[in-house]
Amino acid sequence: MLASFSRRAILAIYAVIIIIPLTVVAFGSFKSTQELFAGPFSLPHSLAPDNFAEVVGGQNLGSSFMNSAIVTGISVPLTLFLASLAGYAVSRLKGFMSWAIFGFLVLGMAIPAQANMVPLYVLFGRLGLLDSLAGLILANVVSTLPIAVFILGGFMRTLPKELYEACSIDGSGPWKTYSSIALPLSAPSIAAAAIFLFVIHWNELLYPLLFIQTPGNRTLPLALLSFQGEFQTNYPLLFAGVILASLPVVVAYVFLQRYFVAGITAGASKG
Amino acid sequence: MSIHPGTAAKRKATDSPAPANPAKVRRRSPTRVNPALYLFPLPAVAVVAFFLVMPTLQAFQYAITDWNGFSAAFNYVGLDNFVRAFTKDSLFTNALTNNLKFVLLVVIAQTLFSLVLALLLTKNSRGSILLRALFFFPTILSSVSVAFIWKFIYDPNFGLANSVLRTVGVDGGAYLGNDAQALYWVAVTQVWFHSGQMMVVYIAGLQAIPRELYEAAEMDGANKWQQFKSITWPFVAPATSIVVAYTTVQSFKAFDLILGIAGNPPKASLDILSTRIYSTFANSEFGYAAAQSIIFMAMIALVTWLQRRLLRLTPKGD
Repeated sequence: MLASFSRRAILAIYAVIIIIPLTVVAFGSFKSTQELFAGPFSLPHSLAPDNFAEVVGGQNLGSSFMNSAIVTGISVPLTLFLASLAGYAVSRLKGFMSWAIFGFLVLGMAIPAQANMVPLYVLFGRLGLLDSLAGLILANVVSTLPIAVFILGGFMRTLPKELYEACSIDGSGPWKTYSSIALPLSAPSIAAAAIFLFVIHWNELLYPLLFIQTPGNRTLPLALLSFQGEFQTNYPLLFAGVILASLPVVVAYVFLQRYFVAGITAGASKG
Repeated sequence: MSIHPGTAAKRKATDSPAPANPAKVRRRSPTRVNPALYLFPLPAVAVVAFFLVMPTLQAFQYAITDWNGFSAAFNYVGLDNFVRAFTKDSLFTNALTNNLKFVLLVVIAQTLFSLVLALLLTKNSRGSILLRALFFFPTILSSVSVAFIWKFIYDPNFGLANSVLRTVGVDGGAYLGNDAQALYWVAVTQVWFHSGQMMVVYIAGLQAIPRELYEAAEMDGANKWQQFKSITWPFVAPATSIVVAYTTVQSFKAFDLILGIAGNPPKASLDILSTRIYSTFANSEFGYAAAQSIIFMAMIALVTWLQRRLLRLTPKGD
């Protein structure tokens, strides 16, 4: 559609617009403020991880990292487990019940988190879940369960029914069929959903902002946000924080790039 | 979002013809539903009912009270909160206007831009695949990280944008410091953040187009633009409705990005509905915040519905 030259020009310019800021952040995380302002593009004078030491030590980012790891590490498998159970049932049940359960669970996708945050805050207060990682895990699971059911349920419906029938003729109960047939066969959609959920849960900000008071219970995005207030223009520190917060997702992306695209577009085209 | 009317109709068509002989159905006992199967969705249903649906319904109840979140006593005030939002609260109407402006900007820019990127990268060459991975990359970062990166780009004194401009002898702008422009610059950031994701949705749509159509069109002497208009565009219409709908919800919920780039609470020129609801909530006006959140939900539903109506007309008109 476009001449080859302008095609290349557009792509090259946009590539630069993506790469330059990321490079500046990576270099900047090893610089002092003066050094960064003197030349944002220059290579850092030294690779001493002073900024990283400072954000991990002084700013509780180390404990936030652990908190994020715990919250994400539990939220993702828990969401997948509940969603796959529901998705499996929906793919096996027939007629109205299947439709009603699926519809009820999936309808939740239409509710934005801000719409029910006030009552959820009150409810969590009553249940003693405020300011706890358990509360964050529950909030993560609830908010992403609808879309996880949509992705997994949608996939499981496409599995051939004959396999289930063969299995039940062999005398397997639903649990056996679920764990030995449905789950392994759904591996591609589970992997896609897992990565999609990982990105969402790892980066979640609203729930920690609502629920967490104690600095020791902060997750990474909240800890990062709170240092923006304290270190308005100490960009090297902010950059070190950005890199630390992004590291697990970036490493996973480098190795599992294809699955990220599959997962997030499954979320996009189905969400 | 992608529950197409077509699939529902298809399912109905295969399910609905009543079995001619009920006894026949009963004889297929191995495929009969095991009652234990009803236990499987139970945890998910309970969690969604108790922590998602119930709180949402409760929001409607809180919305008609003047509850402050702490005291046991509160009054039912009817629709006062809604009246207040639209008539007496300039902070809220400002956030509403900003939000609609932001959504409109981002939806138009991101849809067009991600389509252009997809068109340029449809072919599965090695270079395309590499660039796709690069353009997609920002999507996986947290909004707070993206906000910090762009706060630095926009910093009027030390920022990346102005240091680049200075080297070519141009005076830079104040960007976020300029209230008239701030929202536009955040929209640019949002497009940088998520275009790669939408590009991939478009690429999936584009790759489903049979190559033969283009070959036939070429033999008929159609130029590139005619090919785009009569082959590509009708085929990417479904992808467009997905991209537009998703971008709408995403930009309505740009909460994290705004807080990260503008601070908490953001200044008026960057306040959108979600940040306003959060400020109202943080101000212990629980009843009023609940009312605002219902307006927020209604706005998303309304805009999404409007778009679906408008977009459905496009393929038909062709």
